Amino acid sequence: MSRSIGLSEFEARLQEAGIALGDDRRIASVRTRSIAASDWGPAAAVAMTFGCRWAGMWAEADHAHMRLYCVLDYAGDPLLLSAEAPLAAPEFTSQTPHFPAADRMERHARDLFGVIFVDHPDPRRWTRHCAWPEHWHPLHPAQAGDPPTPGRTPADVDYPFAAVHGNGVFEIPVGPVHAGIIEPGHFRFHAAGEPVLKLEERLGYVHTGIERLAVGRDPAGLARLAARVSGDSAVAHAWAACQAMERAAGIEAPPRALALRGLLAERERVANHLGDIGAICNDVGFAFAHVQTARLRERWQRRNRECFGHRLLMDTLVPGGVARDLPADAAEILRADHAALRREVEPLFDIIDDHPPLDDRLVGTGVLSQDNARALGCTGYLGKASGCGFDLRRDAPYAPYDALEVPLVTDGEGDTAARVRVRMAEVRASLDLMDQLLDATPSGETIAPLPVPPPDAAGLGRVEGWRGETLAWVRFDDEGRIARYFPRDPSWFYWPALERLILGEIVPDFPVCNKSVNGSYSGVDL
Amino acid sequence: MLRILTQVLRTGIVTEPPPATDDAALEALGLELRRAIDARFGRSLALRHVDAGSCNGCELEIHALANPYYDLERFGVGFVASPRHADALLVTGPVSRHMETALRRTWRAMPSPKFVIAAGQCACDGGEFGVSYASCGAVENVLPVDVKIPGCPPAPDELIRGLLAALRVPA
Repeated sequence: MSRSIGLSEFEARLQEAGIALGDDRRIASVRTRSIAASDWGPAAAVAMTFGCRWAGMWAEADHAHMRLYCVLDYAGDPLLLSAEAPLAAPEFTSQTPHFPAADRMERHARDLFGVIFVDHPDPRRWTRHCAWPEHWHPLHPAQAGDPPTPGRTPADVDYPFAAVHGNGVFEIPVGPVHAGIIEPGHFRFHAAGEPVLKLEERLGYVHTGIERLAVGRDPAGLARLAARVSGDSAVAHAWAACQAMERAAGIEAPPRALALRGLLAERERVANHLGDIGAICNDVGFAFAHVQTARLRERWQRRNRECFGHRLLMDTLVPGGVARDLPADAAEILRADHAALRREVEPLFDIIDDHPPLDDRLVGTGVLSQDNARALGCTGYLGKASGCGFDLRRDAPYAPYDALEVPLVTDGEGDTAARVRVRMAEVRASLDLMDQLLDATPSGETIAPLPVPPPDAAGLGRVEGWRGETLAWVRFDDEGRIARYFPRDPSWFYWPALERLILGEIVPDFPVCNKSVNGSYSGVDL
Repeated sequence: MLRILTQVLRTGIVTEPPPATDDAALEALGLELRRAIDARFGRSLALRHVDAGSCNGCELEIHALANPYYDLERFGVGFVASPRHADALLVTGPVSRHMETALRRTWRAMPSPKFVIAAGQCACDGGEFGVSYASCGAVENVLPVDVKIPGCPPAPDELIRGLLAALRVPA
């Protein structure tokens, strides 16, 4: 069954279920259907039965309407569903009962826009802590000013965590400030003895108001902001945002720019995987691997600065292309680097893959079943380690990947060891991809001017970041400035997965499980 | 075990100044840092890091300080898990309003004398995020800051320089 037939059949199912489909003509480059606000939940029920992957949702408002969008993916083909309600009564049926991953994104939209989700199972706030009152919504068009009560923000002490009762059950509160150099978040464990009975995450501590900061920016300013949604995914988010803007404006970056973007994205993937592999080993006391991979990562980052101007590749992508061309001799240097890294990782990965003390701690630890990974819509290394091999570069290829052979990387075990193996396989695969990109880099321009997009133009960007499928939604206003930006980091699906895979594990194994998942805090707190 | 030893021997010691920066400069910097720490805190400087709203870019570079190229610990600078053990608070990010109280409490838990070091552009002046309904902006809007290390993010050698500057500040 070809893909578009798949989506057509899905639309037929929606209609059989009594859901009327309209065309939303304002959105170029992605198949869009509008439905009634009351059908928002029922459509999700059909999508779940049909086997769609739920890939994210966000709200958007103008002076009269509240609109919701959600992305449903079928075999790599995206369908954008939209629904509209009057701003005065923004009521939609909830999709959370059908797709558990929708829970936090719906609560995020509720906190920031004041969207009302009828029959949402969880009435608690999510992104909102105590910095603004319950009935003030930072992205609601009628509330553009500052919240009524500025001044010192108290700690969010009375968030109603779910309770677990029973003999010998105790709570362990952890965070927001952790005992290491990591991002802040709160974890509430319920344990009986050592095994974890329940883990509840409380995030939102690094909410910096990115969605509101984006409003009114010019395209270059948005690309700069996108690179800072999650510092480890500077290329992924900047690429998704640039792609969204370019699609809205009806252009494509020149082929040479796209090849360089591919190169940058693979460099980001390799750097992060090297860091993660070492950090996972370090969390179970295998410092040797940590030191070795940190060494390789440092050399890689120095080359980033030399050839691309930034150690973390921030601001290397700009709307319409890339910020600068590859220096004259860089291709040769990079090729030699790839060969050297390939040589270096072989003995190292060989040890990590087969070292009994390491196996003792990683094999069978923190298993995410394929059912859970699928139900939550996990992509990237987390999904791949649990048998969900989806990869946009392979399953819905965009330039430059449409001309490359991206290997299928999957593992069925779903444990921490599998997440390490997938990362190692992806490092190897990226090295091959980067060589192919260098061999076939087209000549020509590295940037095309971004025309002022038509008023109200919108675009959806979709790229495979190092953590997985990364989306960006951009709408322009009448003057070519940003009216709406929503970056959907893959971590929205990683965090709920962590809550599931930790169940039954012992509390001391939480750090390594968390590291092996490595969700971004800033990427979801926004 | 043999494979590990082989790999260790093959790798050798890579701890050295970065090729991009001047050899003698980093060495001198490290020694100066060493001397300053000796004078101010006895033999070591204990840092407590708090991410108050960062994008995680600064954290990646702070992590890099521990890699064998910089090996920050050889200069007597280490990271501690509790603010009660810390001489200085290293803060990254703009201070999100949701982290404001946690940051103040961390600082209050530290014994005196104590420093606050704002690391990264956001911590120095609010950076890309500034002051908003969600962000208090620069760290100095919340805590007294002794030293600022700009950069988005600051590279590891810039962080080392900034730490040195921290020790020059009169208590």
